[in-house]
Amino acid sequence: MSFPWAKHYAPKHPLTRFLDEKLPLPRLVYNAVGAGYPVPRNLNYMYNFGVLAGFCLLLQIVTGVILAMHYAPNSLVAFGSTEHIMRDVNWGWMLRYGHANGASFFFVVVYLHIFRGFFYGSYKAPREMIWLLGVVIFLLMMATAFMGYVLPWGQMSYWGAKVITGLFSAIPLVGEPLQVWLLGGYAPDNAALNRFFSLHFLLPFVIAGVVILHIWALHIPGSTNPTGVEVKSESDTVPFHPYYTAKDGFGLGVFLICYCAFVFFLPNYLGHPDNYIEANALSTPAHIVPEWYFWPFYAILRAFTADIFFIPAKLMGVLAMFSAILVWFFLPWLDNSPVRSGHYRPLFRKFFWFGLIPTMAVLFYCGGAAAEEPYVMLSQVATAYYFLHFLVVLPIVSRIEKPKPLPFSITEAVLGSDNKAVLSENAKSAV
Amino acid sequence: MIRFIGIAAGAFFALSVLWAFVTGAYSAATEPAPETAEHAFHKHPKELHLASDGPFGTWNLEQLQRGYQVYKEVCSACHSLKFVAMRDLEQLGYSEAEVKAEAASWTVPGIDPNTGETTTRPGEPTDYFPSPYPNNVAAAAANNNAIPPDLSLMTKARHDGSAYVYSLLTGFQQQPTELLKKFPSAKTPEGLHYNPYFANLNLAMAPPLTMDGQVTYADGTKATIDQMAQDVSAFLTWTAEPTMPKRKQTGWPVLGFLLFATILAYMAKQQIWSNVKPAKNKQDD
Amino acid sequence: MATSTGTPQGNAVAPEAGENGVRRRDFINIAAVSAAGVGGVATLIPLVSQMAPSKDVLAESTTELDISSIEPGQAIKAVFRKQPVFVRNLTQKEIDEANAVPLSILRDPQTLAERTKEGHHNLLVTMGVCTHLGCVPLGAAEGENKGEYGGYFCPCHGSSYDTAARIRKGPAPSNLVVPDYQFTTDTTILIG
Repeated sequence: MSFPWAKHYAPKHPLTRFLDEKLPLPRLVYNAVGAGYPVPRNLNYMYNFGVLAGFCLLLQIVTGVILAMHYAPNSLVAFGSTEHIMRDVNWGWMLRYGHANGASFFFVVVYLHIFRGFFYGSYKAPREMIWLLGVVIFLLMMATAFMGYVLPWGQMSYWGAKVITGLFSAIPLVGEPLQVWLLGGYAPDNAALNRFFSLHFLLPFVIAGVVILHIWALHIPGSTNPTGVEVKSESDTVPFHPYYTAKDGFGLGVFLICYCAFVFFLPNYLGHPDNYIEANALSTPAHIVPEWYFWPFYAILRAFTADIFFIPAKLMGVLAMFSAILVWFFLPWLDNSPVRSGHYRPLFRKFFWFGLIPTMAVLFYCGGAAAEEPYVMLSQVATAYYFLHFLVVLPIVSRIEKPKPLPFSITEAVLGSDNKAVLSENAKSAV
Repeated sequence: MIRFIGIAAGAFFALSVLWAFVTGAYSAATEPAPETAEHAFHKHPKELHLASDGPFGTWNLEQLQRGYQVYKEVCSACHSLKFVAMRDLEQLGYSEAEVKAEAASWTVPGIDPNTGETTTRPGEPTDYFPSPYPNNVAAAAANNNAIPPDLSLMTKARHDGSAYVYSLLTGFQQQPTELLKKFPSAKTPEGLHYNPYFANLNLAMAPPLTMDGQVTYADGTKATIDQMAQDVSAFLTWTAEPTMPKRKQTGWPVLGFLLFATILAYMAKQQIWSNVKPAKNKQDD
Repeated sequence: MATSTGTPQGNAVAPEAGENGVRRRDFINIAAVSAAGVGGVATLIPLVSQMAPSKDVLAESTTELDISSIEPGQAIKAVFRKQPVFVRNLTQKEIDEANAVPLSILRDPQTLAERTKEGHHNLLVTMGVCTHLGCVPLGAAEGENKGEYGGYFCPCHGSSYDTAARIRKGPAPSNLVVPDYQFTTDTTILIG
């Protein structure tokens, strides 16, 4: 579905005409990310991150499939085969650093994409399904990244696997058998490494599938925009190609500069030195931390240090960590303000900038810090606000807030006036 | 309905974690975590400047050769270098013949071609540096239960790794008397050695570089303890990532090209958007 | 599945309606789909259970240990099911410390006697796996931090165990697990 003024695909060359008849793939591309897709004309640079996330997925699949040609998923040789890639495989060091930092940058991009969605209310009706699929993609990404981090079989790989699968043992009754089943043993070993490799290879393609659904769902209502006002007329939109392909091309260039700066000059900055020590089941690193993109959730996990009635602290932590993401699924219904964009929501905006953003910053910081004071207490306060923000503040704010007046249309917001808007206002007053 | 359940769930999580906060704050106030000797006396690595530092850094081959000599004559008695092959020595500036001769000076495990028994033979360039112990049990038994770690990746496996190796090698000292006064139970146990650069202060490794001139450098450099420690740190920086200069040298043209392409992309974008340029931007916050 | 609504038009064969309006051919269709369902579920059994520990993993489920060389105050680390086991020979002081703790203040109340074998109350055999998230606590090797209570200390999230390896402080929910073991002779134990 699209807007009535969307351009129609009209193949001219005999080959494209032939294709259009037999397999209309060029038509699909034309309508999905080409000139046939009208997009609000006022998208800012925060709207670049969707395309960039797609690029990151592609980058990870390409580098990952190549790395899999050289890597051996066996606990006896996995660490050595990673070093073999680094030392002996032609350009292996670049592929591996590119893949490892690619994961980090994928998360940077996706976090900014989510941030954009939070601020501009992209999750609101009629775009709930896009948002839900996005949260599914995020969960799949986390699972994929976790299993990928296990593959080099360093100390952090091993202990990360042990700690994260140890979370399942918090589930009453079935927890411990479930953990043994997941690992295929009593502790991470060859069985676990092998299945993690298999799933790490599989899941990106599942993600790609869900991404297609995510984009499909996006094309039904079309993109949001910083005003949150729906598209009304042709003057509100520009065709995706060439306008946004050009803008995304520029964004991609900026992204690649940052990414390559890390790959070539700071390749281990986002990693952890302990992962250059081969996995050792008998010695725990002094300070186990997951990769940086899990820190907020790890901080929430560790914040629960006291039993609540009959629920042990450990189970509370696990429940809270999963709930911290699950709560996003309910966001479209928790925040039911009719106004989408944070620009026109004064109260929402205060809680967003002075509540949620500092909270996330504290959780990021504390999740990477050692489990000692004051970090535990800080993360406890931040965790409390995190849940209050989504589950208490947003529903109440969306009820009591008095939004600022919205522009009549995107065109008016951009140009200061909209001829059609003036016309229709006149028409109204005439009646 | 969903909002009522949501508010209840939110309150539940928030109150539980605040309860944890209260109990944590109470126990932190009543029984503060005791300070440990590690916390008070551990030191961050000293500064070390190597030719390979920085975005333009590359190897100082003479220093790497000296460092290799220190590894061979001192470290290799206990530490393996299992991810480095003799053929890699060519990167240190040795000729093919020199590498062959150097490899032959190492003894590696082999198989007797007539009997099939395990035996030893001189190394070849394709061999990896041999481990001084046949297995971990032997390594532990020979070293008072502490297995000497493999050194291939040591400088990447520690924060600020090159400086760490240098500091550790030059950091052995008597346990400070203030430490014993403050933490009487933290006395260095028998068989361990005090070193403030080591994470828990007491290290199983005895000081390996004990006197100036322990190694006689082929290039005539004076082999002070400090010099040897620097050289072997440089060498281990190389073993950890032999491809490092290539990485940096590739990075510059890549960044240069990307900068050029991005500027082009920006200009193209400006040109394409010029006909829909907003007269006035109202997005002011 | 067309199971409920009336006869399709243009059906040449006379409808053979059963007592409940279910015709024989509907029944065959239902049975066929059910059989496919049963087959599908049955296929899941091998697909799910292949994830469980394999025979070679299960075969490593016992470990025999010689404990004669552990001096009082010392501990050894061994491996049981690919996980560390601590065997600690407690000094009299450590035993007294453990016995002096009132059970009421313990998170997971157990006496030292319950955690050791009759006649060998000085020999504490526990898994070296923190009950919080599975890290290996410190304190078994010479010179390691034994924590505030003189037993074991887990560096991951700061759980402290006392000399009977009971949880005293930190997030771990229970004491270090005592595996099943028996004395095969006075100086050897069989774990598992």
